[in-house]
Amino acid sequence: MTFIIAGFYYIAFIIFVGGVLLKIKQYWTTPAPIKIPTTPAPTTRLGVLYRMGKEIIVFESLFKSNKWIWIFGWLFHFGMFAVLFRHLRYFLDPVPVIVVMMQPLKYAAFAMLIGLSGLLFRRIFVARIRYISDPSDILMLILMLGIGISGTMMTFFGNVDIVATKSFFIGILTFNFQPFPTHPMLLIHLILVAVLMLIFPFSKLLHAPGIFFSPTRNQVDNAREKRHIAPWAAKLDKTRSV
Amino acid sequence: MADFDIPAYRTIKIIPKPVEGTMAHVKPYFAKPEHQEALGFPGEKPENWKQIAIDKLGEIVKKYKSVALFMDICVKCGSCTDKCHYYIGTSDAKNMPVARQDLLRKVYRRYFTFAGKYFPWLVGAVDLTEEIIDEWYVYYHQCSQCRRCSVFCPYGIDTAEISMAAREILDAIGIGQKYCNEILGKAQKIGNNLGLPGPALENTLEGLEEDIEDETGVVVKMPLDVKGADILLVTPSADFFAEPHIDGLIGYAKVFHAAGASWTMSTYASEAGNFGMFIGNYANTQKLTMRIRKAALDLGVKRLVFGECGHAWRVAYSFMNTMAGPFDFLDPKYPVPEHICEYTNNLIEAGKLNLDPSLNDDMVLTFHDSCNIARGSRMGKKAGGQFEIPRAVIKAVCNNYVDMPHDTIKEVTFCCGGGGGLLTDDIMEVRVKGALPRMEALDEVTREHGVTHMAAICAICKSQFTKVIPYYGFSMDQIVSIHQLVSNAIILDGQQTESTTEPDKKSAD
Ligand code: SF4
Ligand code: SF4
Repeated sequence: MTFIIAGFYYIAFIIFVGGVLLKIKQYWTTPAPIKIPTTPAPTTRLGVLYRMGKEIIVFESLFKSNKWIWIFGWLFHFGMFAVLFRHLRYFLDPVPVIVVMMQPLKYAAFAMLIGLSGLLFRRIFVARIRYISDPSDILMLILMLGIGISGTMMTFFGNVDIVATKSFFIGILTFNFQPFPTHPMLLIHLILVAVLMLIFPFSKLLHAPGIFFSPTRNQVDNAREKRHIAPWAAKLDKTRSV
Repeated sequence: MADFDIPAYRTIKIIPKPVEGTMAHVKPYFAKPEHQEALGFPGEKPENWKQIAIDKLGEIVKKYKSVALFMDICVKCGSCTDKCHYYIGTSDAKNMPVARQDLLRKVYRRYFTFAGKYFPWLVGAVDLTEEIIDEWYVYYHQCSQCRRCSVFCPYGIDTAEISMAAREILDAIGIGQKYCNEILGKAQKIGNNLGLPGPALENTLEGLEEDIEDETGVVVKMPLDVKGADILLVTPSADFFAEPHIDGLIGYAKVFHAAGASWTMSTYASEAGNFGMFIGNYANTQKLTMRIRKAALDLGVKRLVFGECGHAWRVAYSFMNTMAGPFDFLDPKYPVPEHICEYTNNLIEAGKLNLDPSLNDDMVLTFHDSCNIARGSRMGKKAGGQFEIPRAVIKAVCNNYVDMPHDTIKEVTFCCGGGGGLLTDDIMEVRVKGALPRMEALDEVTREHGVTHMAAICAICKSQFTKVIPYYGFSMDQIVSIHQLVSNAIILDGQQTESTTEPDKKSAD
């Protein structure tokens, strides 16, 4: 068991990291041949940082658009970030003080679950969103819910051997394998997380790295001042007559 | 009046439920082989069209970060679904921006992604077929590339970029749209979208000079191809003949005259509009833009000013420096290019124009922000200048001004319904229905504030509105150019005026 889970995690991790890095490389190197910021756009780099910051931290565009999607989406994402942060205590030894102090963040799991349920509800019951949903969109929410629910069960009602879980994971990290503390919830939780890592580079989850590269949001509005030539467009330039 | 139902105003702004295929029957005429070939596209659909289309998609994904990213990262959140004026006006499910993108995305997934290759049913990936091509042609010509959806997308996904890519693929397999491609060919060959040759242009301008002299008693020149002039004005060719565009052109001439500027227009570059953008083709857009550079060099001008137009201004402001720059041979004191509203506003701020806004007292104005100016470019030094400057000009020449509801203007303005290469009578139904949200907003300020006229700042908006506004019970002369208002209010030196009011009322805003 220990080795199956460990092996599965190594594979999932390699595919996750490798796949995402390849995608980031693609987004990084694909040229943006003309200026297309959605205006009004900042006229300085600093302004762009501010714009991107608002987009990433408060989901500004979503807020402008639809308060329901915004509140569910925000609860889910920031609930998840809080929960992830708290997970550091399963990997770090000794547990950093800040992580210990943030112990109440365990309740963020409920924010995450409420957000996910709201999004799933809308996906099924709002006709417009149902129309644009593929099976994968629904399955993805169910997968996240599965992870969230199994995790919450363990935190609040479980009798999982945390010490053993932690040494198992530190074992994986240090190639010094420790026995897997067999517990059905933990098994479900860990398998679902590995599945999530596996599909990440092949799915819409790429929005997480992708948002940083979006030309309509990350470009400075300075087209009149600066030329903005992609390498392939520079070749066309050479054929110009004047 | 029409063989389709004009959508009713929604008393409460309810979002329509999506219905499959309400607009599937509307598609524009196909380009003829000669229109296609003139732009370097195949005249007919080649035998191996499928492979060519897939290869083209692959090429675009490599060339454009926007398309590469947008194909991958849409999370189907639904935020954009109710933001498109064509969806609001038609309820057609495929006119929801994300559904429109999906028409291309499902093919991209099938041929370019792991998930789509091995689990197509899971991610909605499909093979490219004749039916898909037909869907592309229909629904990518029901997008005016207005970018409204992009404002509301958490990742800034811009359906306009996808529409442009799709049209580029269609062109590559010999399926072009007649309106865009025929016009683009004319502009590249003759210098303007209408195909007006130099002598015709000269005639028109002489006629206008006479009109101004009759009206004001002042000789105002409309110079053409004058070497050594300071300013080259490039304006959409609709300004030479269409109403109310032409009144705008008269306005520019009066402003230049009042400022004592040395200016000229050019026959070689007698078109500000650039339909190359609509079909998403870099090379063709660049080729047309280069005419402006060449005209500026040949005439030896120092400044470039653009007349009132939306998409023309997007190409000029956002693309021209990149595609046809550097413009280091022009006077570095001025931005390249300048919008006529920036030019006029600077003069107004400097107190150089003698304006009597009471001459427009017979109107209560509102202003339609055109989409390409609002979301694809800027005026002035500050972000958002594209909203403030046109309003400042209007308020300097009119005493009665009201904005339309805030969720229909500025950054979130609704397209007129005729942008992006859709301004053609063969898809009138799309145009009329797409105008619904703007008409609702106009109706609201008409009822609540007694608005009588709507100023527009784009040649396409002006043509589109004068044509569709009667379907909604307004009359076409309710649409005015901004510089038509300037023209009404400006008092030139030596002008015989019928006005009884004092000209110094201009502080009235
Ligand atoms: S760009 Fe404009 S017309 Fe096209 S889908 Fe988006 S909102 Fe609709
Ligand atoms: S708003 Fe953006 S991410 Fe959401 S469905 Fe529309 S295109 Fe996709």
